[in-house]
Amino acid sequence: MSHIIALAGNPNCGKTTLFNELTGSKQHVGNWPGVTVDKKEGIYRNNKNITILDLPGTYSLSPYSAEEIIARDYIVKEKPDAVINIVDGTSIERNLYLTLQIAETRIPMVVAVNMMDEVESRGDRIDCSKLSQELGVPVIPIVARSGKGIHELMEAAITVAKDHKVGKKLPVYDDQIITAMEDISEYLKDKQMEDREWKALKLIEGDEIITESLTNEKNAVEEIIKKLQESEGEDLEAKIADLRYHYIGKLVKKAVKKAKLGHVETKSDKLDKILTNRFLALPIFAIVMYILFACTFSENFLFIDGLPSLGVWLAGLVEDGWAALSAALENFLVSAGASDWIQSLVISGIMDGIGAVAGFLPLVLVLFLLLSFLEDSGYMARIAFVMDRIFRRFGLSGRSFIPLLMGFGCSVPALMASRTLENDKDRKITMMITPFMSCGAKLPIYAMFAATLFVNQNKTWIVFSIYMLGLVVAVISALILNKFLFKDESSNFIMELPQYRIPTLKSVMIHAWEKIKGFAIKAGTIIFASTVLIWFLSNFNFTGMVDMEESFLAYIGNAIKFIFAPLGFADWRASVGVVTGWIAKENIVATFGQLFAGIDDETMIEAISAGEQALPQITSVFNGVTAYAYMAFNLLCMPCFAAVGAIRREMGSMKWTLRAVAFQMITAYIVALLINVIGNLIF
Amino acid sequence: MTLNDLKPGQEGKVISIREKGTLRRRIMDMGVTPGVSVKVIKVAPLGDPMEINVRGYELSLRKDEAKQIQVEMK
Repeated sequence: MSHIIALAGNPNCGKTTLFNELTGSKQHVGNWPGVTVDKKEGIYRNNKNITILDLPGTYSLSPYSAEEIIARDYIVKEKPDAVINIVDGTSIERNLYLTLQIAETRIPMVVAVNMMDEVESRGDRIDCSKLSQELGVPVIPIVARSGKGIHELMEAAITVAKDHKVGKKLPVYDDQIITAMEDISEYLKDKQMEDREWKALKLIEGDEIITESLTNEKNAVEEIIKKLQESEGEDLEAKIADLRYHYIGKLVKKAVKKAKLGHVETKSDKLDKILTNRFLALPIFAIVMYILFACTFSENFLFIDGLPSLGVWLAGLVEDGWAALSAALENFLVSAGASDWIQSLVISGIMDGIGAVAGFLPLVLVLFLLLSFLEDSGYMARIAFVMDRIFRRFGLSGRSFIPLLMGFGCSVPALMASRTLENDKDRKITMMITPFMSCGAKLPIYAMFAATLFVNQNKTWIVFSIYMLGLVVAVISALILNKFLFKDESSNFIMELPQYRIPTLKSVMIHAWEKIKGFAIKAGTIIFASTVLIWFLSNFNFTGMVDMEESFLAYIGNAIKFIFAPLGFADWRASVGVVTGWIAKENIVATFGQLFAGIDDETMIEAISAGEQALPQITSVFNGVTAYAYMAFNLLCMPCFAAVGAIRREMGSMKWTLRAVAFQMITAYIVALLINVIGNLIF
Repeated sequence: MTLNDLKPGQEGKVISIREKGTLRRRIMDMGVTPGVSVKVIKVAPLGDPMEINVRGYELSLRKDEAKQIQVEMK
């Protein structure tokens, strides 16, 4: 018989480590629909009839954030066969708050007290059998990272699931509240008594979502609550929280023995004295970020000439491998006598198009690995803590810093990294503005224009100003989006600063691998489809295979060029550039090379690197102002399809992906327009 | 006095939490409830947010949010 066991617990309690230990590689990371939250499911390694679902980390089951709503809806509506509540033994009081709330749902539960090694090294003692006695559910001590206790945990959990063993009702609330709960239950429509009682308690707490779900019972329920307020005081929410913590206090007194009372300075506190030190914090952070980027992108790693960093080395392997595969395929097609268009479709269309993406996947993997390591170690929370002051002015939080910073390298891992933001709104806004950061692929475009159109001393300033433009637009966008698109949602910064821990390499790697795999699959379809489509449009017209100048794409470019007239670049080659840029932004350089001068991209790149005037022919279409407008347009408009795929994967819905793209297109148009109009007035 | 009036190293006892709505519930869910002891550890290098120790763990919150928490100094 198969069972579903859900894992629930606070963020940073080691839930993911446990999940990885239980499922190994037999896991799948998807998305909870419509929100930016990972859905992780797996099969228990030792028993393939047990499905494990890793619920998002939450501090309670009140509808504060998307994560909490998902966790509680899953437990209360889907009713898994059992819930394993992972509790961090080093901050057990706060963790038990969620435990009580899960117990209130009356779903069979097992408590796992994790980090027992740290508890012991502090000299504290947790009596799990006493806890079990009081709570009426199995309580198993574990050390998830080493696997200790996991076997016993799963045995207990499976037994509880099979027997459908529900814990006892805990003596948390006083008689008036219990009576009110029972009275309210009479009016509720749910079939099961446990559901009615749980809802009744939520209504007393003032839970917005449950309250809104009431229809004709509303008045009767409100009456009961009013009466309760007369004896308990108006603030029932605070009263209930208070009663819960009061019960937890008693529980902890009975079952937990602390070595020292009061605030004890931990190793983490000592580390923080340096890492969030007034003077050292920012320089240390800059060094850490530099190391991160160096490990991923550097071609002269550790300042050794020509030594590739891990990221570059892996990317090289993939590129070489892919090129070899491409060449072999080409030989095969030629010898098989395949027609020209098939050769072109397979080699230039499919292989080249996907090859471009495959080439940067290793970079994404390495970067994401390093970031996950930083996140799991606890350092990211400190970065957010330090940077928050700057970001809150734009309606974001300190956590947005890392994704936006990474956007300067590549949007794809940046978008994946935005998962770490605290709430759904922040994540969505950050994702929508991340592509405004000038990623690495956009630099060749700037270099090409700068080399051709801008006089020597202006070159650096022009390129630098485009980077700044992206930042400025991002900031203004964040403000606008906050005000208009998300006006009802609050964002605040109540955040735990977890203990510093060395993440297990295995855990980090599984997580990163799953992420990349998910991206490759989900985004892969968009990338593949769009690559083939654009290949077709740029190589064909009604007569068959032709050069790009006569292709459908050229016709389309001509047809739509009027759209760009107010922006100053109403030329079919400019429009075609924009479209090919959507496969990979650096393609614009190759497209221009071909369409303006019939030269191939390698010649172009050599010329640009040499700082020469790569493509003087573009002066027939662009001047300084319109070139700047064009660069701005390509910077801000929809990013490459790989990034759009990443947005789709992380947003969890097509609706939001389209909104993001629409927002970027409109922003690009308005900014380019302003540049053209104002630029023409000045120059 | 409110939580943001406490300086690093100072301890206080929470009396009440003002702001209504989800922020308040969040603060209480995180263990900051009337009667609990809190200790201010430090303030971020740029002046905001602040870090406190409550119920055995470190919590960070903005000064705006700390203003909603009434405390008495120990």
